[in-house]
Amino acid sequence: MESVKGSCVLSKMATNERHGENSPYFDGWKAYDAYPFHPTDRPDGVIQMGLAENQLCLDMIRDWIEKNPQASICTPEGLHMFKDVALFQDYHGLPRFRQAVAKFMERGRGNKVRFDPERIVMGGGATGANELITFCLADDGDAFLVPSPYYPAFDRDLGWRTKVQIIPVHCNSSNNFQITRPALETAYDQATRTGSTVKGLVIANPSNPLGTCLDRTTLESLVAFATEKRIHLVADEIYAATVFHNPTTQFVSVAEVIRDNAADPARCDPDLIHIVYSLSKDMGLPGLRVGVVYSYNDAVVRCGRRMSSFGLVSSQTQHLLAAMLSDEDFVGRLLLESSRRLGERHGRFSKGLERVGIRCLESSCAGLFVWMDLRHLLKEASYEGELALWRVIVNEVKLNVSPGVSFHCVEPGWFRVCFANMDEGTMEVALQRIRAFIQGKEAGDGRENNDVGVVKPPAGKKRWQKDLRLSFKTVRRSEEGHVSSSPLRMSPHSPIPRSPLLWARN
Amino acid sequence: MVFKLNNQLLSRMAIGDGHGENSSYFDGWKAYDSDPYHHQNNPDGVIQMGLAENQLCFDKVEEWLKKNPAASICTPEGVAGFKDVAIFQDYHGLPQFRNAVAKFMGKVRGDRVSFDPDRIVMAGGATGAHETVAFCLADPGEALLVPTPYYPGFDRDLRWRTGVQLVPIECDSANNFKLRMEDLEAAYEMAKLNNIRVKGLLLTNPSNPLGTILDGDTLRNIAAFTNENNIHLICDEIYSATVFGKPDYVSIAEIVDEDRKSGRNGLNLDLIHIVYSLSKDMGFPGLRVGIVYSYNDVVMNCARKMSSFGLVSAQTQHMIGSMLSDQEFVEEFLGANRARLAERHGAFTGGLGRVGIRCLRSSNAGLFVWMDLRRLLKEQSVEAETALWRVIINEVKLNVSPGSSFHCSEPGWFRVCFANMDDETMEVALGRIRAFVAKHKEAMKPARKLCAQSSLKLSFSGRIYDEFIMSPRSPIPQSPLVRART
Repeated sequence: MESVKGSCVLSKMATNERHGENSPYFDGWKAYDAYPFHPTDRPDGVIQMGLAENQLCLDMIRDWIEKNPQASICTPEGLHMFKDVALFQDYHGLPRFRQAVAKFMERGRGNKVRFDPERIVMGGGATGANELITFCLADDGDAFLVPSPYYPAFDRDLGWRTKVQIIPVHCNSSNNFQITRPALETAYDQATRTGSTVKGLVIANPSNPLGTCLDRTTLESLVAFATEKRIHLVADEIYAATVFHNPTTQFVSVAEVIRDNAADPARCDPDLIHIVYSLSKDMGLPGLRVGVVYSYNDAVVRCGRRMSSFGLVSSQTQHLLAAMLSDEDFVGRLLLESSRRLGERHGRFSKGLERVGIRCLESSCAGLFVWMDLRHLLKEASYEGELALWRVIVNEVKLNVSPGVSFHCVEPGWFRVCFANMDEGTMEVALQRIRAFIQGKEAGDGRENNDVGVVKPPAGKKRWQKDLRLSFKTVRRSEEGHVSSSPLRMSPHSPIPRSPLLWARN
Repeated sequence: MVFKLNNQLLSRMAIGDGHGENSSYFDGWKAYDSDPYHHQNNPDGVIQMGLAENQLCFDKVEEWLKKNPAASICTPEGVAGFKDVAIFQDYHGLPQFRNAVAKFMGKVRGDRVSFDPDRIVMAGGATGAHETVAFCLADPGEALLVPTPYYPGFDRDLRWRTGVQLVPIECDSANNFKLRMEDLEAAYEMAKLNNIRVKGLLLTNPSNPLGTILDGDTLRNIAAFTNENNIHLICDEIYSATVFGKPDYVSIAEIVDEDRKSGRNGLNLDLIHIVYSLSKDMGFPGLRVGIVYSYNDVVMNCARKMSSFGLVSAQTQHMIGSMLSDQEFVEEFLGANRARLAERHGAFTGGLGRVGIRCLRSSNAGLFVWMDLRRLLKEQSVEAETALWRVIINEVKLNVSPGSSFHCSEPGWFRVCFANMDDETMEVALGRIRAFVAKHKEAMKPARKLCAQSSLKLSFSGRIYDEFIMSPRSPIPQSPLVRART
């Protein structure tokens, strides 16, 4: 394009880095992109273990769709609904959709609580929902407390366009990464010292990346903390139904705390409590962009609903899910089976790791990943040591895992490893590779490029392997540079370069 | 709750009225809500003429879907694609979808220009697209110039969460509401004098509510002006396929293309952006297909990152991608759309003309007419316009939109939608208008001052609208979908 280019001023937002995509979290995609694993075509490719997808029960959903053609507006059975659905843009959402989602949320929490369909507000995926609730609760420059380690994209979702500051509440392995009152107070004080008004505390429960669930006492104390300080509590419960084994006993929703403390507003003010939900993890449908804001505060529901215009769920999708999630029998079977399959997969994976001396956070009882402890493999207990190990894992072991630093973890050496986005065969290959890697090091095979050994006290210089060094700059260039029509150009959030959909003929 | 809600606990955004719903634009829904027209069940009910929907070509779409079951991930023919689509959340969007939308946009412009699929960026409807563009181009406090009358939703979409200001450029009937360069220049200068930093100009072309298009020369002059002053030019072209008559539509893309092909390269393309959607051209507002098409790479990349907040459902991308890839269907659809809009427009304006009601003659696009009822006003004021509007809603039983809600500086104009109903309903509406005009023949004479009738006086107190459980953007309380049993 050889047009005249004057200097053209854009917004500060368009030119700052607060979208967060230059974080190392996204660098692993590059290696995967370049050479992704395929069981037959590319058995030595990189296995994607950095994407928290739930692919374990899509067969059941597909099966339901095949048996329920009326749920679609495109089938002969459903076509008569096409016009009404295609025209429906009411930001209240299809009533049936809201009712079905409310019921699904109830079932996902073991029917221990009720959800009011009138409080269901749509968001553009959990991404949009998190941004929306932030816009409702906080002004430019205000702060949100977020326990670390936390999902990297919170920086973008909660802080980019909203201009809200994220203050981490640091957690570490000394107590299995639990949130402590002193840690909360420290973070709160830090914010106030720098002149920011803390407007809320955002918790992911079950946690990404830890996979842990907050016990009732801790949850109640977080609610009490928020109520005391008069700040909001946003509970991101998008992994609620990914609890493996005994789901109803393990996961306590903040909705239960509200139910149980209705008589004690000094400890629990519902006007301060909001839930963010989505079908991306529990059902494995991230492409359908179903985000939900469920607030106990009427003003927030009203405002949130108006804001949802910026990211409504496609009425076609609302219509499909309304039918699907209204099928109580199906929902019951799906939740049970999903929990079972996740538990089984998690069990197999973590046992496989255990056999080669790799431990994962034991308190994990949910999620689509393990929080793997590789501290003993670090050459030095630092972020550099962690990233060096990570590069080896990506480039040698050929697994794209996510280093703890990208989750703002204060303790180097932890990695999030996803296991539910692949079939069993692939998981076995991954385990084999890990076994080979660990055994290789134990045998001290002295391979030149082995940058990693058992941790010794930091003794000398770091051994950077230039040829293993990932250039972060290259990733940035590919995002901000000239647009090409490479089918491999991908969102860091959904690196599926080999999705057949990318090769579809026009 | 024992504790009263402390308003300071919410954001300023949540407490303020930047959502724009206290505008009178939304008041008409109330009457419609409580008494909606229905052929059999409620033949005396209020007819909805305030909603710019395009319902004229659904038969074509349904016919195509019947013949192309693989477009859906739910049919036996398409369900094999379900899994891949359900997990696809890449913010670049499905390539087939982008290719198809780019081709569609080209076809709408008679293939006089082509669009680059890699520049197609998704957004949550045109609503989300406008907000995204504002976020990319302007900081809080900075401004966009917007010719009046303009779509009321802009107040929310461009300003609410972005903090951006809108500076109106008033257009009136003396010039058929066409934007004059001197008015554009004056508004720009005035803003500067007031220390308002103008970052861009937003044009809606074809115009809502006018239904007019800009001729090529005007568009070129406007582009030259923005270029010269180094400000952005945002063209909302969401009604581009609703141009049903001469003169031919000229898109900003054609001006860009012309500038490049001629070798002049006088335009800084980094300043040019198009907002698009399938809500009006195809009649799919529920599917939330918004598009940002920017010639500026930084804006494109930023908008793409922002699209995470409002991606199009992959299920919908898949269906649309398939549908709009069918060139034959697209041509047939666009042809039928134009023809039926022309017919409906002709029948409606003809009927109005026969009882002496004029509409903006230069309108050759859109899903509405811009109706001139100045002669019916008791006086040339907003109050009188509102009083007349109350009469139209309560007596004539038509929900139309008063010009003041579009920030029109000249009282007496009303936007009346005609494409969201069948022929029969339109005839009923015309019949009511005929009856009303006959009854008020006196009022059609040159206006003289009459005493204001207090019973017609509209209270302007900012009502919170939500007790009616409605989106002002989509007041379909009687949509069968709202009553569906669970």
